[in-house]
Amino acid sequence: MALYLSKSGKLLPHFKQKICSLGMISLSSIASCFSQNPPLSPEHGKTPYAAPSLFASRRFGSVKAENLASINNTADSQALNFPGGMVKFTPELKFISDLPEERINCYRVLDESGHLLTSDFVEIDKDIAVKMYKEMVMLQTVDTIFYEAQRQGRISFYVTAAGEEAINIASAAALSMDDFVFPQYREAGVLLWRGFGLQDLANQCFGNVGDNCKGRQMPAHYGSKKHNYFTVASTVATQIPHAVGAAYSLKMEGRDACTITYFGDGGTSTGDFHAAMNFAAVLEAPVILFCRNNGWAISTPVSDQFRSDGIVVRGQAYGIRSIRVDGNDALAVFSAVHMARKMAISESRPVLIEALTYRAGHHSTSDDSSKYRPIEEIEWWRAVQDPVARFRKWLEIQGWWSCESDTELRDRARQEVLDAIQVAEKMEKPDLGEIFRDVYDFPPSNLSDQEKSLRQTVQRHQRDYTHFQL
Amino acid sequence: MEASFGVSSAAAANAVNSPALSPPSLPFIRSEARPISWRVDKSRKAGKITTKAVAAQAENPASAASKPGHEVLLFEALREGLEEEMERDPRVCIFGEDVGHYGGSYKVSKGLADKYGDLRVLDTPIAENSFTGMAVGAAMTGLRPVVEGMNMGFLLLAFNQISDNCGMLHYTSGGQFTIPTVIRGPGGVGRQLGAEHSQRLESYFQSIPGIQMVACSTPYNAKGLMKAAIRSENPVVLFEHVLLYNLKERIPDEEYVVSLEEAEMVRPGEHVTILTYSRMRYHVMQAAKTLVNKGYDPEVIDIRSLKPFDLYTIGNSIKKTHKVLIVEECMRTGGIGASLTAAINENFNDYLDAPIVCLSSQDVPTPYAGTLEEWTVVQPGQIVTAVEQLCR
Repeated sequence: MALYLSKSGKLLPHFKQKICSLGMISLSSIASCFSQNPPLSPEHGKTPYAAPSLFASRRFGSVKAENLASINNTADSQALNFPGGMVKFTPELKFISDLPEERINCYRVLDESGHLLTSDFVEIDKDIAVKMYKEMVMLQTVDTIFYEAQRQGRISFYVTAAGEEAINIASAAALSMDDFVFPQYREAGVLLWRGFGLQDLANQCFGNVGDNCKGRQMPAHYGSKKHNYFTVASTVATQIPHAVGAAYSLKMEGRDACTITYFGDGGTSTGDFHAAMNFAAVLEAPVILFCRNNGWAISTPVSDQFRSDGIVVRGQAYGIRSIRVDGNDALAVFSAVHMARKMAISESRPVLIEALTYRAGHHSTSDDSSKYRPIEEIEWWRAVQDPVARFRKWLEIQGWWSCESDTELRDRARQEVLDAIQVAEKMEKPDLGEIFRDVYDFPPSNLSDQEKSLRQTVQRHQRDYTHFQL
Repeated sequence: MEASFGVSSAAAANAVNSPALSPPSLPFIRSEARPISWRVDKSRKAGKITTKAVAAQAENPASAASKPGHEVLLFEALREGLEEEMERDPRVCIFGEDVGHYGGSYKVSKGLADKYGDLRVLDTPIAENSFTGMAVGAAMTGLRPVVEGMNMGFLLLAFNQISDNCGMLHYTSGGQFTIPTVIRGPGGVGRQLGAEHSQRLESYFQSIPGIQMVACSTPYNAKGLMKAAIRSENPVVLFEHVLLYNLKERIPDEEYVVSLEEAEMVRPGEHVTILTYSRMRYHVMQAAKTLVNKGYDPEVIDIRSLKPFDLYTIGNSIKKTHKVLIVEECMRTGGIGASLTAAINENFNDYLDAPIVCLSSQDVPTPYAGTLEEWTVVQPGQIVTAVEQLCR
């Protein structure tokens, strides 16, 4: 296209007549439509977001080529109202670079020793901050002990959130209980923050009668309607379109709440991620899309996962506001989620947050990550960038926490978790009927027959099924 | 709870007349709908819902003189069902490609976007996996979405969401979250639509635990099944057929739903049980005319409920006739007929005088050329021959 124009100045006069505005709607009225979008302050390392004056304006109108007034043509640039909006022409045959000159900057509030680097963050009062720390410690304790339990053969599987405690707790703390959470599987901390008990966690991992999933899902695949935390499914990234759909339902109701969904760097390669991002933007759905970019998808490093500058740049590709934050900095995560929530609800728009962090543990108990990454690397991140330690240092500087409190907290947490596991281990497993319940609202005849048949089999071969609860 | 949907605070269309727009504190909701009225449409009689309406059809000729009810085409019946449910329950919404102002590729949702706004009748980008996923998320948070696959075959892209999420989340969440969604669309072999647009997805979906499947075949059962599917708490896949949308029938004015789990007795008989569904019902009835002339008395049952099978109705028929012929459009391998054969053999083996005969399409992609395509679909002549052989 540009090639043509640079060669024939004769074409340009033709375009002059045809250039049109947005049909019957004047630009000024559209601009006032979107005047409520407050741009992000420039200190975040990104240019303020300009209101999209041309998109999403009219549903049923179409661009009519005939009756369109011409718009400002400056002497050296022409433009054309293509389907989708006005586009200026350029005489340069120039490609946009594959990568930006500089990687998008990462928002950080605390340095590794807990000192504030900026005053541009959302203040947290002492009670919330201390609670955040306690929950982070609890999450660490839960992860350590449950992981050990799996190694001892007491549960079959577990995933830890090692290194991502700040992401878990700080993002949860910035949300309200009415916000819907669509987790991936490394967000048990969000559930802990919302009040899910240790015993409930243990029951789910042991799949006993106390499990509110009734023994039907793998360990760490929590779900609780009461806490607005939607049951984890093993399928990757399927929760992202769910979150968009839930945001759609919130938008229909006009509720003062948003949805948040978490996913990893690997999840962004899926078809569901792409389409959900696109949908969220087109629908103007109040959803926070939170990407935990921890560098690894099992053994696949991000350099094999994508070639873009991380996930944050994709936001603009879909027309979604985005930010990159230091995922190991609880204050940064808190501030970003807090602001994102405000934007999502008041402006009914999606927001993308990329939290850069490191997966300090293995992918799961079925993985040994020392096989594909150097142990020194893991150790460095664990020690130097530990989000819990960093937050504790800040709390100590504030005078809100002390070393002695720490030991006491950790000992108590450890004991509580061990107790919960012991209780869960002794509890019975769900009875046979749970195999057939909740497939539908009421069991159809074929399932009733199958249940009868199974019960008969178990009765007949009781010796083979001694562990079975009938 | 005055419906708060459809509150068009800053609908862009208004901008034409009033450049100064509403205060920025309200979210910009893309919708041009008027507030939804809770009043029942006065032109329809309220209340009486006819459930077991299967036998009602036989009575129509008697009352034909006074002509009760109104005539509709099948796609209009579907739309009536949708509209009635959307009117009755503000949580019902529609997702799909071109369902909004375009009205759907087969006009099933025509006019609904004008009435209920373009948020409640939502045009989606082309990503079946994602708008089905969206429907799952919306359903888990209280809405009752109806997902339209422009052609059933496209829903193969949504297989992951349908099987692993739609079908499973009620179970794996311990019953905490329900997924009352309806997934519908035209399928089956059309007129030279090519292989990719001639899919019979009922055979691929039938194994998925947690979903129900129904197939409509007449305007009457189309409207009834649509309403029942929307009211069901389970995810329901409603199979429509591309070639049946223009069928005309007189349906009642009163509100009615039909049962999702029941088969429909089309023609009672004594000699042989013919089980069929969707478009093949019409091929069977055409063959039945010939058969009656030749002195046979076939019993024709439209099984309608593809998952689970209505083995009660089917079983009673088999106990009477002792011979079964299944006529379907699915491919031979792994189709509905294959499963039905297995189910009948298991349950009613003692009552069969002859092996079950199943007429289905061949295991080939549907060819484009008209003659070739015709030979891949079971024709009335084949049905007549099969019955003659069975009843020898």
